[in-house]
Amino acid sequence: MANPMSIIGKNAVAIACDLRLGLQALTVSNDFPKIFQYGPDVFLGLTGLATDVQTVSDLFRYKVNLYRLREERDISPQTMANLVSTSLYEKRFGPFFVNPVVAGINRTTGEPFICGFDSIGCIDFAKDFIVSGTSADQLFGTCEALWQPDLEAEDLFETISQALLSAVDRDALAGWGAHVYIVEKDKVTKRLLKGRQD
Amino acid sequence: MRGATILKATDNKTRDLNSHTLMAFSGEAGDTIQFSDYIEANVKLYSMRNSTELGPSAVASFVRAELARSLRSRNPYNVNLLLGGVDPISQKPHLYWLDYLASLAPVPYAAHGYAQYYCLSILDKHHHPDIDLEKGMQLLQMCADELKRRMPIDFKGAIARESRGQEWHTFSGSRQ
Repeated sequence: MANPMSIIGKNAVAIACDLRLGLQALTVSNDFPKIFQYGPDVFLGLTGLATDVQTVSDLFRYKVNLYRLREERDISPQTMANLVSTSLYEKRFGPFFVNPVVAGINRTTGEPFICGFDSIGCIDFAKDFIVSGTSADQLFGTCEALWQPDLEAEDLFETISQALLSAVDRDALAGWGAHVYIVEKDKVTKRLLKGRQD
Repeated sequence: MRGATILKATDNKTRDLNSHTLMAFSGEAGDTIQFSDYIEANVKLYSMRNSTELGPSAVASFVRAELARSLRSRNPYNVNLLLGGVDPISQKPHLYWLDYLASLAPVPYAAHGYAQYYCLSILDKHHHPDIDLEKGMQLLQMCADELKRRMPIDFKGAIARESRGQEWHTFSGSRQ
């Protein structure tokens, strides 16, 4: 099952995913988002086994809700990354089969933040972009080609959208539309890309 | 109608969960009955305790949570489900596809097992979000015909069940 990716820009981050849910080569649904919001500007993308995508997203909704009640503030992307890492490593010898991506903007510093993980919680910090899922190889190619430092929000949207759509066109197991989130300071824009439906 | 490969030709694999939600199931013989009994009992218990019924999306979330819990137990249930219902408040119809791994997907049309390969292409072509019940039944008939024609298993016809408002009516399709 296909892929979320996130890229960083000037005081903004973007995170995007395709919408396919499939069993091997059979497409079951073309409306299955893989990006979940855990605060005003904290997002988690999940790829891998569909059931674990749902289980893990529910688990973090529970954990982040408790965090918010206990701390009386929203979770920062850095704290979210550590929460994801420790939660996944708890299942070290019977892992959830997911490859998460965290993207967000830190409220206190205003700095954009992205990182990725393997299924047992090893964090991969990045200053440019993070990719995950069945089209990860293709996404590395398109991101290497299209990404440049200090992209403004609108250019960031164009870059991430073209990178994702170009990558999933080269993967039979991904595509069928996409969701794109552009996260700026105090502003989140969500867009639906229709994409190829074949 | 009974033999080496057919144990029963009239096995009803559907359950009423409450007055507006219906469940169809397939999978391992014992597991299906055991699991659907458990779900049915608990959804009905909720209705009795709270004097209110769970909507289709709440039922789907509950069933998924139970199946996901079972998935990581010593012997998980091997059950595939379709959950259908009309939301009692918004009057909107819902259909959920749920497989034995507990992947839940809200879908406009769905099938499980080999039937997916034959039926989904027909439904892709002919389904529209605004079709009426009559057209829906025609589509089911087309799917049943296609299965009869192409699938190398005699599936002994099908039953379809419908909801009009709050009531469920049972009627049979092309059962042989």
